[in-house]
Amino acid sequence: MADFEPRIVAFLCHWCTYTGADLAGTTRQQYPPNIRVIHLMCSGAVDSIYVLKALIDGADGVLLGGCHPGDCHYQTGNYKARRRVAILKGILNQMGFTEDRIWLKWISASEGKLFADTVTKMTNDLKKMGPNPMKQLWNA
Amino acid sequence: MLEDRGAAFGLEGRGKRTREFALSETLLKRSDPRTLSEAIMKKLGVFICHCGVNIAGTVDVKSVAGKMGEVKDVSHSADYIYMCSEPGQQLIRDAIREKGLEGVVVACCSPSMHENTFRKAVKSEGMNPYLCEIANIREQCSWVHQKEKQKATEKAEEIILATLKKVRENEKLEAISVSINRSVLVIGGGIAGMTAALDLAEGGYEVILLEKEQALGGHMTQLSKTFPDLHPALPDLFTKAKGIEMHPGIDLHCYSEMEEVKGYVGNFELTIRKKATYVDWEKCNGCGLCIRDCPVEYVSQFERGLGVRKAIDLLYPKSVPDKPVVHRVHCRYFIDGSCRKCEEVCPEKAIRFNQEDERIGKKVGAIVVATGFDLYPREKLGEYGYGEIPDVIDGLTLERMLSVDGPTKGKIIRPSDGKVPKEMVFIQCVASRDPDRYMPYCSRICCMYTAKQAKIYKEQVPDGQPYIFYMDIRSDGKGYEEFLQKTIEEKGLLYLRGRVSRIFQDNGTVRVLGVDTLTGNMVEVAADMVVLATAVVPSDGVKDLAAKLRATVDRHGFLTEAHIKLYPVESSTKGIYLAGCGQSPKDISDTVSQASATASKIQALLSTDQLLQDPLIAFVDEHICSGCGICVEICPYEAREMDSRRGISVVHSALCQGCGACIGACPNFACELRNSSSIQTLRMMDTFV
Repeated sequence: MADFEPRIVAFLCHWCTYTGADLAGTTRQQYPPNIRVIHLMCSGAVDSIYVLKALIDGADGVLLGGCHPGDCHYQTGNYKARRRVAILKGILNQMGFTEDRIWLKWISASEGKLFADTVTKMTNDLKKMGPNPMKQLWNA
Repeated sequence: MLEDRGAAFGLEGRGKRTREFALSETLLKRSDPRTLSEAIMKKLGVFICHCGVNIAGTVDVKSVAGKMGEVKDVSHSADYIYMCSEPGQQLIRDAIREKGLEGVVVACCSPSMHENTFRKAVKSEGMNPYLCEIANIREQCSWVHQKEKQKATEKAEEIILATLKKVRENEKLEAISVSINRSVLVIGGGIAGMTAALDLAEGGYEVILLEKEQALGGHMTQLSKTFPDLHPALPDLFTKAKGIEMHPGIDLHCYSEMEEVKGYVGNFELTIRKKATYVDWEKCNGCGLCIRDCPVEYVSQFERGLGVRKAIDLLYPKSVPDKPVVHRVHCRYFIDGSCRKCEEVCPEKAIRFNQEDERIGKKVGAIVVATGFDLYPREKLGEYGYGEIPDVIDGLTLERMLSVDGPTKGKIIRPSDGKVPKEMVFIQCVASRDPDRYMPYCSRICCMYTAKQAKIYKEQVPDGQPYIFYMDIRSDGKGYEEFLQKTIEEKGLLYLRGRVSRIFQDNGTVRVLGVDTLTGNMVEVAADMVVLATAVVPSDGVKDLAAKLRATVDRHGFLTEAHIKLYPVESSTKGIYLAGCGQSPKDISDTVSQASATASKIQALLSTDQLLQDPLIAFVDEHICSGCGICVEICPYEAREMDSRRGISVVHSALCQGCGACIGACPNFACELRNSSSIQTLRMMDTFV
């Protein structure tokens, strides 16, 4: 398990977290290359099925990044994401799936360091958790 | 069967399949791009930028370009040292022409940098610009994984493969043209808002000017003389204010606030709340008898607590407009119904105790936010004795004293006993440049106004001694340094570099303990009066207003500009522009410059009556929509509506901002975003897991 490299799929909103991730680059913050980013206009546009399918297909973690509460460029998209994630976590818990594989983080366009720190922490946490059990299911 | 149904509805997707089918397939099956056997084949081009060594130093661009060339529908894969340079763009244009490319992925920096550049480049070769997508392999790959070259290269490959999946299903789109309303709302009637409003009105645009107080002028009406020329503030201001009052193109609403804003750039719909003044301003002739006879006096905020005002009063003498307002919380009629003096004495019968707030609707194309500033609240400055020791005042209070029409008629006197202060201490950077306890930023006006006030004080009290505690002297405006040096030399101002550690009352004086860091000596002054140059902070309620406008504020509450250098007067929300201290602290010269810049930016925006908007907005697959209406409820822009006849939801393309809330909420994938559909997202994800 020592060489386990988790795979994180991230859905980042255009106005805050994607721009924050860009800032992490501009300021040369370093973080593990385990994350793959999908750019969306708003965290409120993340369909539950994106998260579920990522986990079913074997992603070890899913990161949703949005603007801080009250700062959503589209007024309330991040609140929609928050509610959706709360429901998803409930469903995953009932299925015996640990909810810690879904992270919802508020990272603003000026928080490049926070983005890098978040990815680093998430990668390390997922390493401790081990691979997504779904992966073994499919492989079996 | 799905195919048949799709055909029957005339809903042939790409490759003769319905979107439902494509979606179910995407959800169930994982397709490998390198063995792509699907029908949606395009001739694609991949262009990988080295960005000097920024990308190529970490990512093995040659190997990535080679691998991308192996993807079945990629007919051209190239790398180049700077794709955004003219020869780089020419590579793309040549390939489109020679190979007949139908889609392009440029793997380079963030789309926020050069998406427009490359979309313009492909457009010039006749390709629809929305068939060009950016794979961000610099900011989100090479720069953040500089020590892991192998893994960064793998990641870059995956990012490009995912972007190829997106491009394969991109549609050709045309920018949406919407008609725009060519009038402007200016929020705030201070010097910033007045300048912007006048400039715009002079340019021939209709302007609605909103001011929350009962008269124009903002904080500038409280000032005495202004640096560096020592011109009195009011005459200049009155010229502008009168110009606004008389201008046929300016619809002035004083004592009014913004209640609601809907819509978007070009077409904002506003609800303005005109607060009840209890005076019919149309009838009022400004004679002032009501003010003379009003029996109620209370402490005036305008006079910074030094003077009083009546329950019915003007904001300041000779205000523009010169109409009084009854202040409900102080008026005896409203408290116990006992007094109607103003009503009795008014020759025009203009008093209206039964007046109510009025709401009016307006439409504009652009909005200027010129909400101005306040000074740092005195309750939080206890350590300077501010609010406890009467002879410790702030700079704006001294300005009221220095004003000839102010509470002391221009005389500097101690608030406690009315004596002329002989030892006067000015303290700069109070609550500014103090990140641990107060505000980290420089308030930018204090160095200059302190010097100006000290100069005027010295002229008024020649045997008095002004001491000025400072951190650094910042005098970067035109003529500022000269003003400052001349003042110091001629007037014998004593500048002491250092912070004040303690202020306390002692036997009728205010003792100021500090240190002169240049000599290292402790300094103690038994001052008669202390003036604090307190920090400039955003005015009250800006955060709420910004939320209504969907504009953003920084952590201090200042409105944020789209780009500090390149777009300094635009907010990040299209159609919302900034002017004055609401954006950051600045002096009058800078405020006026910025307001004029804002006005000319808006004139450029409104110079046509059509506005081109990005077409990346929502659409509805009519054959899948079940008419549940969830999207209508969830849409923050009221861009979704039920078509009751057809039982489906429709999109108002002029209102939709493309946030995708409806995409996330739609239970059966009937809503999609143009060129960012759930199928595209899911297919991109397939590359990643």
